[in-house]
Amino acid sequence: MAEHIISLQGVTKEFDTKGGKVVALKDINLDIEKGDSYGIIGLSGAGKSTLVRTINLLEQPTEGKVLFDGESLTGLGNKDLNLNRRKISMIFQQFNLLMQRDALGNILFPLEIAGAPKAEALEKAKELLKVVDLEDRAHSYPSQLSGGQKQRVAIARALASDPEVILCDEATSALDPKTTRSILGLLRKINEERGITLVVITHEMEVIKQLCNKVAVIENGEIVERGEVQEIFKKPKTKAARKLFFPDGDYREKPLTKTSTKNRVRLVFDEANAGEPIIANMIMELGAPVNFLYANLDVLGESQKGQMVLCLAADKATADKQKAYLTAKGVEFIEIPEDEIEEEVTE
Amino acid sequence: MSAHELMSLLGQESLATLYMTFVGTLVAYLIGLPVGVSLVVTGPNGIKPRPVYNKVMGFIVNVIRSVPFLILMIALIPYIRKVIGTGIGPRAITAALIIAAAPFVARLVEQSLLEVDPGVVEAAQAMGASTLQIIWKVLLLEGRPSLINGAAVTMINILGYSAMAGTLGGGGLGDIAIRYGLYRFQPTIMWITILVLIVLVQVLQEIGIRIVAKSDNRIN
Repeated sequence: MAEHIISLQGVTKEFDTKGGKVVALKDINLDIEKGDSYGIIGLSGAGKSTLVRTINLLEQPTEGKVLFDGESLTGLGNKDLNLNRRKISMIFQQFNLLMQRDALGNILFPLEIAGAPKAEALEKAKELLKVVDLEDRAHSYPSQLSGGQKQRVAIARALASDPEVILCDEATSALDPKTTRSILGLLRKINEERGITLVVITHEMEVIKQLCNKVAVIENGEIVERGEVQEIFKKPKTKAARKLFFPDGDYREKPLTKTSTKNRVRLVFDEANAGEPIIANMIMELGAPVNFLYANLDVLGESQKGQMVLCLAADKATADKQKAYLTAKGVEFIEIPEDEIEEEVTE
Repeated sequence: MSAHELMSLLGQESLATLYMTFVGTLVAYLIGLPVGVSLVVTGPNGIKPRPVYNKVMGFIVNVIRSVPFLILMIALIPYIRKVIGTGIGPRAITAALIIAAAPFVARLVEQSLLEVDPGVVEAAQAMGASTLQIIWKVLLLEGRPSLINGAAVTMINILGYSAMAGTLGGGGLGDIAIRYGLYRFQPTIMWITILVLIVLVQVLQEIGIRIVAKSDNRIN
């Protein structure tokens, strides 16, 4: 029971708007285990921000239950809800720091709310500034800090209440790529070293690849696919997941559609089969060429994965042989449905 | 009237004006600040939406604000006389000023607090802050520069009202302007009074601006 630190059961959220009812979340069931770094990815408007806000009940679900550490949060009184919220911290895209308090004051804020003794709180806040590498900016105000520094203060603030979970709502979306990497690195460290569970809301696959061990793909208020990041990266089952995990552009752009849209496959290599020139061997052995449409090296957490999109031989018989060859060599691949490519092109 | 007499008259009535302004502002805030806070907290996007209270209180505030100050004061004088025993003089005027200014203050406070970034309020809610903690530590603190600015505007407004009230026997600088400037046709005194009023307004405004600049940590 306690294994699931967060459990959403049949969570539905409807909003009443002028244009009528809008269903933001449809019957969401989601279990997050202690120590997970659980990504929730979707395009904007998919409902991921609403979803993360139901976890700490900033959004009250219309239906369904939210369990935290096996206990139902839905239906708790304000006081008990607030006590539980201290164990679920949150960081935001826009940082949401108090502009009138300096970095130290911001970190002290949750400790003041919890009524921690002053001297103790101050010591802890200073300690946390060290953790996020901002010792020298204790008395800087947010307006004097860069985006990355602000998010570091926000992370220190999130850690102040000794949370079991940190909800990250597009935490790096307002940051440049280099700062994003350093913030993701910090979050990763917090997840690994402190065992704090992360729930990571994002629209960027890079964030999932670098930070998460599990992922749920959300589309139109529903979770359409979920599982280990490694698995979904290798074999995305739904179109929504393929859209997100596949490389952008290149092989789908118009000029390239001059090559056949038939028999396209996406392969993923990992350390196990990176040593052998499998594709080269396949071409030589079967005497049939393939077209390379895309190739890249992706970093998934600690591991590296090669990703490649090939256009196999146009005739079905040869293509089937090629597929059989790949399977025999233990290369994981999926076939890209023709209609998805064309749809991309016409979009 | 000798220069000396004029100076002492101006000094005395300036003090009366300042008394009405400061006491009026202070008490108007004692009433208007909590009302303004309650309007934000119970508003449609507030942390504790209470539509009925919000609508009723908003309506009361609007009604009082709709009545021009001079007319409101004339209407109130009989009641003020009943309560504090006199319908003229700085004390009576101050009572009228408070009633007129409190709703104005409530709206100003509401505006200031609505400017506070909702994201910061959300962050505090996510941390498990209670409603009172959010009011004290987030809304009032983050809204501080704008609130102080509003207080300076209020003070200047009340100073203007108090001068108007002088025409109804309220005392203060408005009283001098009416009695000497108008009834006795002494334009010099009229203009000197106006000058003193301008100086007072400028000083109040400048003090307000400086306090805001000093208290706002977003810009320094």
